Amino acid sequence: MSEGLTTTHEEAEAHSALQHHFENMEQQREAGTLGMWVFLVTEIMFFGALFLAYTIYRYQYPAAFASASNHLDIRLGAINTAVLIVSSFTMAMAVYGTQVGKQRSTVICLILTMILGATFLGIKAIEYHDKYRDNLIPGQLIPGHPFNPEVAKPGDTDEHKLHLVEGATVRNVELFYWIYFAMTGLHALHMIIGLGIMIVLTIMTWRGRFGPEYHAPVEISGLYWHFVDIIWIFLFPLLYLLGRHLEGHV
Amino acid sequence: MSEHIVQPRIYVVIFLALMLGTGLTVFAAFHDFPGPLNAVVALTIAVIKATLVVLYFMHVRYSSRLIWLVIGSALFWLAIMFALTISDYWKRTWLPPL
Repeated sequence: MSEGLTTTHEEAEAHSALQHHFENMEQQREAGTLGMWVFLVTEIMFFGALFLAYTIYRYQYPAAFASASNHLDIRLGAINTAVLIVSSFTMAMAVYGTQVGKQRSTVICLILTMILGATFLGIKAIEYHDKYRDNLIPGQLIPGHPFNPEVAKPGDTDEHKLHLVEGATVRNVELFYWIYFAMTGLHALHMIIGLGIMIVLTIMTWRGRFGPEYHAPVEISGLYWHFVDIIWIFLFPLLYLLGRHLEGHV
Repeated sequence: MSEHIVQPRIYVVIFLALMLGTGLTVFAAFHDFPGPLNAVVALTIAVIKATLVVLYFMHVRYSSRLIWLVIGSALFWLAIMFALTISDYWKRTWLPPL
């Protein structure tokens, strides 16, 4: 029957998705889940380094970071946070759908997850455009539009102008925006990749590939999606909320 | 199949807790707490929210100890990176420059 390390699954119940190097579906599922978690560990270190950079510079230049943070649109940031939390809920419900064999429910939940993810990216695009309009894109990332925000004079309440807290310099505000674009940009890239994965999953689900016996790809992709949500759960307070308690001077 | 199926109502409860946490963190952000407490409050809420997502949405509460070990190792290595880097910056004025 079998020789060496290869197992031929000749039992009648061998699932079509069972790979030859696994004993059974459960082992395959656990191996896949472990693999995704190990990848997420590398992602935690990847984003962790940026969070570390944020931490160092925030404590070195607190006034500049507070000023820059207050200039971000808290309403858009909060809405995006809510959007991602709902998308994590719909993603969890999509996994549930495959676990209990509700194919239509799974497809609907995956589509909702994608719509919410796209909404998040749309709002981010609006925010990025606002920064472009106010000349807050750092360095010379946009050739011809260097970092050059208009600083508000005391008493000026124009929202498009930068209001500097005591001790803040424009140079250090630019540092905040480097970190802002690096972190939210990397996060948005992960969202885009996540959307691509969701599209593939939706098509596969619609074609009936998943059910209670085999749904590991949906579950594993869910882990990725929840991870991207968790990154934003930390990004939102650190980038958008840190200086709000100093507001009230505009 | 030994996989644990989490009931939708649990997902609903966790979802509501996450929305509550978001509202709370925005609300708290506008209050001036003494010293570094604003950051402590914000990060505490964020850690609780992340923990809920990891335990329930990502099914870690029902996962094997091996998964717990992998997640623990991520936090451990993250802690090394933060501790060594921050301690360097923190003590840069400790010794006079050469």
